[in-house]
Amino acid sequence: MSATRVDARGLSCPQPVVLTSKAIEAGAESLEVLVDNEVSKENVLRLAKRHKMQTSVHEEGPDIVIEIKT
Amino acid sequence: MSNPFASRTGITVVGFAIGITATLLQYFGNPPNMGICVACFERDIAGGLGLHRAAVVQYIRPEIIGFVIGAFIAALLAKEYRPRGGSAPLVRFFLGVFAMIGALVFLGCPWRALLRLAGGDWNAMTGLAGLATGIGAGVLFLKSGYSLGRAQTQKPAAGTLFPVFMAGLFLLLVFQVTFSEGGPIFFSQKGPGSQHAPLLISLGAGLLVGAIAQRSRFCTMGALRDVILLRDFHLMSGVAGLLVAAFAMNFILGQFKPGFASQPIAHTDHLWNFLGMALAGLAFALAGGCPGRQLFLSGEGDLDAGIFALGMIVGAGVSHNFAMASSPAGAAAFGPAGVIVGFIFCLAVGFTMRERA
Repeated sequence: MSATRVDARGLSCPQPVVLTSKAIEAGAESLEVLVDNEVSKENVLRLAKRHKMQTSVHEEGPDIVIEIKT
Repeated sequence: MSNPFASRTGITVVGFAIGITATLLQYFGNPPNMGICVACFERDIAGGLGLHRAAVVQYIRPEIIGFVIGAFIAALLAKEYRPRGGSAPLVRFFLGVFAMIGALVFLGCPWRALLRLAGGDWNAMTGLAGLATGIGAGVLFLKSGYSLGRAQTQKPAAGTLFPVFMAGLFLLLVFQVTFSEGGPIFFSQKGPGSQHAPLLISLGAGLLVGAIAQRSRFCTMGALRDVILLRDFHLMSGVAGLLVAAFAMNFILGQFKPGFASQPIAHTDHLWNFLGMALAGLAFALAGGCPGRQLFLSGEGDLDAGIFALGMIVGAGVSHNFAMASSPAGAAAFGPAGVIVGFIFCLAVGFTMRERA
């Protein structure tokens, strides 16, 4: 099953979190969230933690990819 | 986590430090219940530059300069300096203008609302209720897909512009240049603008707060927004820290004077305290940060946040020149009209600017 991809690059706070939250609520069990700054990364990781989901982070060029799984 | 300031404890400590710093600044000479007020201090800067001629509120506040440069240095050291911009700059400029008009009807930004409460000024309660209401309206827009669009990466030098502008203001403050007979730079001889802590204390406090707020992402609007939108109390612990520390310090320094009437640089017009702050809250929510946060963002290279801050400074000029800023006597002649126009603008922005999913 392919992961739902959320592209939140260039969006200001709190939109990355809102988009991720909507994807989780829509039932996505596996997500890939793209952000381009530390603050968005921290916020998305905090959201995933509240949903008690697994996370892993890696960088792709200038972007940060956050993988979230139930 | 690699950034200790971004932890729950970190942000609480930062809020606590801001509360202590602000009340100490009052002790050292800043106006009562106005140790740090981003809206008031940007208004004083607008006055110092002659953008308005309200003689009692003119001073180039080193705290604001410190906020931007402190955040700039902290972001550089943490490798978070990242010039970006281009997300509806003109919309953000006018959000800043109307945010200031609303804040000056209440007489304070969210930070000052908290400091007023901590000093026993119960009028702050209607202001904070208005703030929460305005942010609540902003949350409804965010939930229905409101967005000003994506920012793009900008050239490295572009992000230095706002810090350099602040450094320029600092030079004007230090050298107190007189540009013409009876002309700017203006410095209040009486009133709140004449009340200030010694320059180096103000600047040092600003640099400190700017740095720790950049690291912790401290934001008063974000605190209320995240509670309403996400039931996330992370940023709220920073606000709680500020409030607790400011209450405690005001008791220790004898600055706590409870009541509604005769509070310093405040009025008891509850309706317009509420509506002024509701407008400000909505504008902050649509722009993505309280006035303080916008300054810290502009320090780390966010050109759009810099535009919002400039909008606030210009908005202060408009607010005083067009008799919209309140005085201790209450709302001014055109304050209500300004707030209503502001609401129309913000609602139009909220309803028309959205991403189609």
